[in-house]
Amino acid sequence: MLVLMGLGFASYLYQFNKGLTITGMSRDVSWGFYIAQFTFLVGVAASAVMVVLPYYLHDVKVFGRITILGEFLAIASVTMCLLFIIVDLGKPMRLLNVLLYPTPNSVLFWDMVVLNGYLFLNLLIGWNVLEAERKGVHYPNWVKPLIYLSIPWAVSIHTVTAFLYAGLPGRHYWLTAIMAARFLASAFASGPALLILLSFLVKKYTKFDPGKEAIDKLSQIITYAMIISLFFVGLEVFTAFYSGIPTHMEALEYLFFGIHGHGRLVPFMWLFLILAIVALVLLINPNTRKKEKTLKIACLATFFSMWLEKGLGLVIAGFIPNPFNELREYSPTIPELMIALGVWATGFFVLTVLYKIATSVKEETAS
Amino acid sequence: MKTSRRSFLKTSGICAVGLYALPFAGEVLAESDLPKAIHNPNALRGEQWAMVVDMKKCWKLQEERPCKDCILACHTVHNVPEIDTVKEEIKWIWTNNYENVFPGQDNEYNVQNLAGKPFIALCNHCTNPPCVRVCPTKATFKRAEDGIVMMDFHRCIGCRYCMAGCPYGARSFNFRDPQPYIKTELNMKYPTRERGVVEKCNFCAERLAEGLLPACVESCKAGALSFGDLADPNSVVRKIVSSHFTMRRKPELGTQPNVYYIV
Repeated sequence: MLVLMGLGFASYLYQFNKGLTITGMSRDVSWGFYIAQFTFLVGVAASAVMVVLPYYLHDVKVFGRITILGEFLAIASVTMCLLFIIVDLGKPMRLLNVLLYPTPNSVLFWDMVVLNGYLFLNLLIGWNVLEAERKGVHYPNWVKPLIYLSIPWAVSIHTVTAFLYAGLPGRHYWLTAIMAARFLASAFASGPALLILLSFLVKKYTKFDPGKEAIDKLSQIITYAMIISLFFVGLEVFTAFYSGIPTHMEALEYLFFGIHGHGRLVPFMWLFLILAIVALVLLINPNTRKKEKTLKIACLATFFSMWLEKGLGLVIAGFIPNPFNELREYSPTIPELMIALGVWATGFFVLTVLYKIATSVKEETAS
Repeated sequence: MKTSRRSFLKTSGICAVGLYALPFAGEVLAESDLPKAIHNPNALRGEQWAMVVDMKKCWKLQEERPCKDCILACHTVHNVPEIDTVKEEIKWIWTNNYENVFPGQDNEYNVQNLAGKPFIALCNHCTNPPCVRVCPTKATFKRAEDGIVMMDFHRCIGCRYCMAGCPYGARSFNFRDPQPYIKTELNMKYPTRERGVVEKCNFCAERLAEGLLPACVESCKAGALSFGDLADPNSVVRKIVSSHFTMRRKPELGTQPNVYYIV
């Protein structure tokens, strides 16, 4: 992981020297792989609420053991989100201008507020609850309101991120009222899927067992979220193609069939569909959902299908065709991918450290 | 004094947050009665600057000779670099075909057969500009006194949200250092840009301040470009707009462009 971080950092220095010209982005596709990763990871961060909410509001006791894993996953994801924003900036040294000249009419300003707030909340909650657990006492009372606050806050980070896109005139693929709903649904599928995979890893490498019931409950959440998510994609397809309005159809046509021979994303979008169907088949059937091996496959399929849909197709296709109805395609370059990989590696490094702390506390209190 | 590393970190964290209040304190303390800028008495003034592009006049001249006078004039005055890739080109004013400038309005059996005809495109200086709405630092702003959508190249952080927000593709980003690509004679009165910021047409705000018309308008020998204050009933643009059939780009989006076209 450190090697990947190093490679990513070296690539970033290269970008810092040459400018964003080293990426595949252009005048027409002005946001690319970085912002797409950012968007996807906001979802993963928000999905921590799927363990926190049932545990604290519905008293679902089985989640008690893994809430900390969810919260720490959120911290690592928000860290990656912020890094992806920074590497995307043309003038990263001026980042603080967002604070120096606060602009409430910009959704990006609010995104900065909610993301940093969410990071702060999860750090505070995760740390205090874990510390209390270690000392064998109940966490301090002032933490409780923060926990309740973190629930709507999680929803807010992904809603605001959806508003980044859904409020732009002239970007028809994004201009849809169900954008935030779509974002949340896909987040609640991909995030918990990652959490299940991580739980299996934790169980394998430490003495801490997140518990079979917790994983079973999570897999049910993924099943519903996945169904709703695909339903939403279907709604978009219906509205576009039944209305027959060209600007509404074009991005979808580009994504799934290609227009006039331009179709770099077509194989990825069909892979998304295939993986999504595989995931659904394995998740809906209770036998395969409860079996560890097939559940792992289902989670991998869920995670990657949602990544293809949101972490690739959604952001890029919003720019194609461009405002002049011209087809200017985009592919990330090698240094761009290296930087992205470096950010992911940094996120997983943070995650590993946090999980190490969490699991050693859990092991300590168990013995 | 005994300070644990933990409480030290906590205290310094709180102090760092407190620093955020500093610029506000400075603002309160340093009030002054001195004027912030001195205005040129010859400056042109208007409530909402607007432009009318008469494409017929432009095409007529084009029949005699190929003409890029307006583009050249603008790009010279503003030190616009000439980067030869579709990916990274910087343009303030340029031409594109009818079906690209007015997508969705082309018709196979159009009487005037406009498809394929070149149209001039530039920033529309919208009355309701989405780029200004989305900018997180107010680096792009609509000037209250005359409606020009302007940019502060020194505040822009290069997030390119304005490029996603603009439905007219009027904005260019400096993906690389533009200085080596300035092929025209350097105009020392206008700043060159750095790598990493967005730029676009500014309706020649710096020329209006000196009492000059925009460079493109001044350079057009065909008289195809008219410029004036739309709010003034006697202005040239207001007279044209109220007496001719004009078109605006993507009017359905509610941005209220201030560049009008006659065909």
